Amino acid sequence: MEDQANKTTALNAASQKLLGILPSILNQPTLQYRTNIDELTVNLPGDLVHTICKILKTHTDTAFDYLTCLSVVDYEDILEINYHLFSYTKRHKMVLKCELKSTDPTISSISNIWRAANWFEREAHDLFGVLFEDHPSLDRLLLPDDFEGNPGLKSYPLHEYKEW
Amino acid sequence: MKISENINESGSTVDMLINMGPQHPSTHGVFRLVLQLDGELIVDAEPHIGYLHRGSEKLCETESYSQVVTLFDRLDYVANLNSELAYCMAVEKLLELQIPDRAWYIRTILCELNRISSHMLFYGVYGLDVGAMTPVLYGFRERERIQSLFEQVTGARMMHNYIRIGGVKEDTPPEFNGNLHTVVLELEKAIEECDELLTQNEAFLARTKNISCLTIEDAIDFGVTGPILRSTGLVEDVRISEPYGIYDRFDFGIPIGSTGDCWDRYYIRMQEMRESLSIIKQAIKQMEPGEVQAKMRRIVRPPKGECFVRTESPRGDLGVFLVSDGSQNPYRVKVRAPSFANLQAIKHMLEGVYVADAVVILGSLDIVLGEVDR
Amino acid sequence: MTWEAIGWYVIGAFGLFIFLSITVMFLTWIERKFLARIQQRMGPMRVGPHGTLQPIADVIKLITKEDILPSWTDKPIYWLAPLAIFIPAIAIWVTIPFSETLVLQNLDLGLLYIAAISVLSVLGLVMAGWGSANKYSMLGGLRAVGQLISYEIPFIMAILGVAILSQSLSLIDIVNDQSAIANIIVQPLGFLIFLAAGLAELGRTPFDIHHAESEVVGGPFVEYSGAHWAIIQLAEYVNTFAIAALIAILFLGGWSWPSMPFTGITNDFLSLVWFLIKIYAVILLIFWIRGTFPRLRIDQLMSFGWKVLVPVSFINIVFTAIIRFYNLHWSILTVISLISIGIIFYLIYKTPQKSRKKDSIRIISAKDAVNNPPKNYGDINVR
Repeated sequence: MEDQANKTTALNAASQKLLGILPSILNQPTLQYRTNIDELTVNLPGDLVHTICKILKTHTDTAFDYLTCLSVVDYEDILEINYHLFSYTKRHKMVLKCELKSTDPTISSISNIWRAANWFEREAHDLFGVLFEDHPSLDRLLLPDDFEGNPGLKSYPLHEYKEW
Repeated sequence: MKISENINESGSTVDMLINMGPQHPSTHGVFRLVLQLDGELIVDAEPHIGYLHRGSEKLCETESYSQVVTLFDRLDYVANLNSELAYCMAVEKLLELQIPDRAWYIRTILCELNRISSHMLFYGVYGLDVGAMTPVLYGFRERERIQSLFEQVTGARMMHNYIRIGGVKEDTPPEFNGNLHTVVLELEKAIEECDELLTQNEAFLARTKNISCLTIEDAIDFGVTGPILRSTGLVEDVRISEPYGIYDRFDFGIPIGSTGDCWDRYYIRMQEMRESLSIIKQAIKQMEPGEVQAKMRRIVRPPKGECFVRTESPRGDLGVFLVSDGSQNPYRVKVRAPSFANLQAIKHMLEGVYVADAVVILGSLDIVLGEVDR
Repeated sequence: MTWEAIGWYVIGAFGLFIFLSITVMFLTWIERKFLARIQQRMGPMRVGPHGTLQPIADVIKLITKEDILPSWTDKPIYWLAPLAIFIPAIAIWVTIPFSETLVLQNLDLGLLYIAAISVLSVLGLVMAGWGSANKYSMLGGLRAVGQLISYEIPFIMAILGVAILSQSLSLIDIVNDQSAIANIIVQPLGFLIFLAAGLAELGRTPFDIHHAESEVVGGPFVEYSGAHWAIIQLAEYVNTFAIAALIAILFLGGWSWPSMPFTGITNDFLSLVWFLIKIYAVILLIFWIRGTFPRLRIDQLMSFGWKVLVPVSFINIVFTAIIRFYNLHWSILTVISLISIGIIFYLIYKTPQKSRKKDSIRIISAKDAVNNPPKNYGDINVR
């Protein structure tokens, strides 16, 4: 992931403006803002996610009303959750990243901020085993209710038989 | 089971639990909707998905970058080319490839044709949902025209595997331009005919006007995109908010609704078909001979990194999140399917409506279970 | 009652039954071909030349099918329901005439008999809905009961309008009374009311919500397979034929308008053929409506029946009675009916909830929208 810092920064005008005002809005000096190809990326610790998301949605200058995607990437010992946000009125976007330990993947749910997160979090729980606190109904979504295991993880075997 | 049986204090009435099960003529695929009914009124609705889950995202991790295109074909099996386009754009963004112009023109023409054929399927199936038996045959007839055109270019009627990383697989055959022109003229007449059959029909208006009006705030909060979001009144289309490809060279319109009801969503799709036709006509005029594949290595190995790409599929905002670790296979591919997010809102939309309306509302969402379940 | 008379009656009944069965088979073939041509396809083509033997193949298939019986059904009710639907359908035909002499038994109270017996099939629907242990069947059965009972009133009122004009309830008298002018020209309003109420009584599009395939998947009849399903389908087609015959008798002048040339047997034969042509024209109209219209929701159906058809049928009777009482010329009734039809259509057209204009959709040019993101939601809400 370190190679991204060397990529040509191609933020469009709206995102450049966002980069300028974001540090003062979020008011968290420990955060680092990176640019990944054309997206503004911020790494967050797990406990800050809920507060930061609330600020991002409600503040008039950021106005991130649309949660595009919530995805989980399995890096063996950490699970990385990505929140992709977009604003319809300002047309800027950003990505929030949060790293969780594989042994204890717990994070607070943001489904009370964006209702779109409901099923995305259920799918992440189903396929990767991430636990979201305060989720209205954290059940399996895509797999049968009595399924054991989390197939999205790299440790879950794909082929249980030898190929020819 | 979240829905609990609601028993009156006096014990006289019990709400009925009815299962629009995985096998049902109107659930558009294997999809289960558990309804709690009070007579004909829906008190609560709970969707159960996952009947078509094939583990596509995990399968992508074991295939090479070029092989993954076939998996994307099968996600949204109605608008295949749009899904292929989204993935190929994601890989090209990581590779920082420049795609030749003619490849982009061919991609645009085929994707807009696919949009028309997907909306024709919606038109036919929606007519069937409200009870009219004839639109489905009109819609499928037009789809046949478009699919025979696809067969000439890509070799297959449905799972094309034509849009590849770096361009398209090969150039179009010489008779393609003539045939495309004929098909466009026929489609113009056909869209007018289909419009006349259903749009202003008294019974159709009674079934779809003012049914499930979605507000803008609710739509955005649920992550609903595509014609449904446009029907609420928001001027939003990925082609204008995050332009990609060569859409800035065309002069087309975006139909926007105002009430957010089922009729608006239906009519927006009819208008989108006409706009797609105008894009295709402009593309035919502007297209010039040239290369159709960018210069790149045979084995695709993007550098380590990740990217997220959004495109406008006929159903909404199709996003692909691609993480690469420098090897021949993708590290992680996540598909942000528009039908997945649109289907979340069904629980909210079905409260307090009649059972007969449930089918109409579900039809107006135009979901494809392939991309909901992946 | 001599044995000879009873014998003739029995033979006549058999003949009627066979005629109806063959007609129903022919009707299924016509329906499939006609709907197919509306839908730009061919219809049955394989069995026999242009699929003419298709109904025979269907009958053989249905009779030899396995009888699947769900285990929770209420067996007596489940078995009796198809009979309860079928018997009233056939019983109506006792009194429907095909010419002056070609009728099983002409009753002086023919119309009353028809109206009374046809209501009995509602019982069969309820039995079918309850007897199959299936929530969808029950939903369909409940819908069917509400619909059929509500539309009995306009049905009977429309019949009353014709009876007032002809001063008789006997069907042969009504037809003979129309030899000068057919009732559809005198009472176009009555014709439309009877057509709508008849379609609702049959349970055909646009009033077929109770066995809508896309929602309740067959409604009360979903658990019936094989021969029982065949009986129910037979009953539906016999009913369709009966309603079409009634329309031809009551409103289109039956076999006597306009009078056929020649006299004697040729006249009778030509009148019979002309009568059958009229019936089939009405049947094709019913099939055409099926191929074109979506179906109405149950509450829209009920509100259409009670709020539109019932008051309009009262208006029809009142004006018919006034014209008859004061012995005014029949063209006054025509004019009044046409004016009423115009007013009703205008009122339905102008129902405020369904604005017909397409202006709820506007087209924004992409080039404008690229540079102008929406300012905030309040601005762009054009509701």
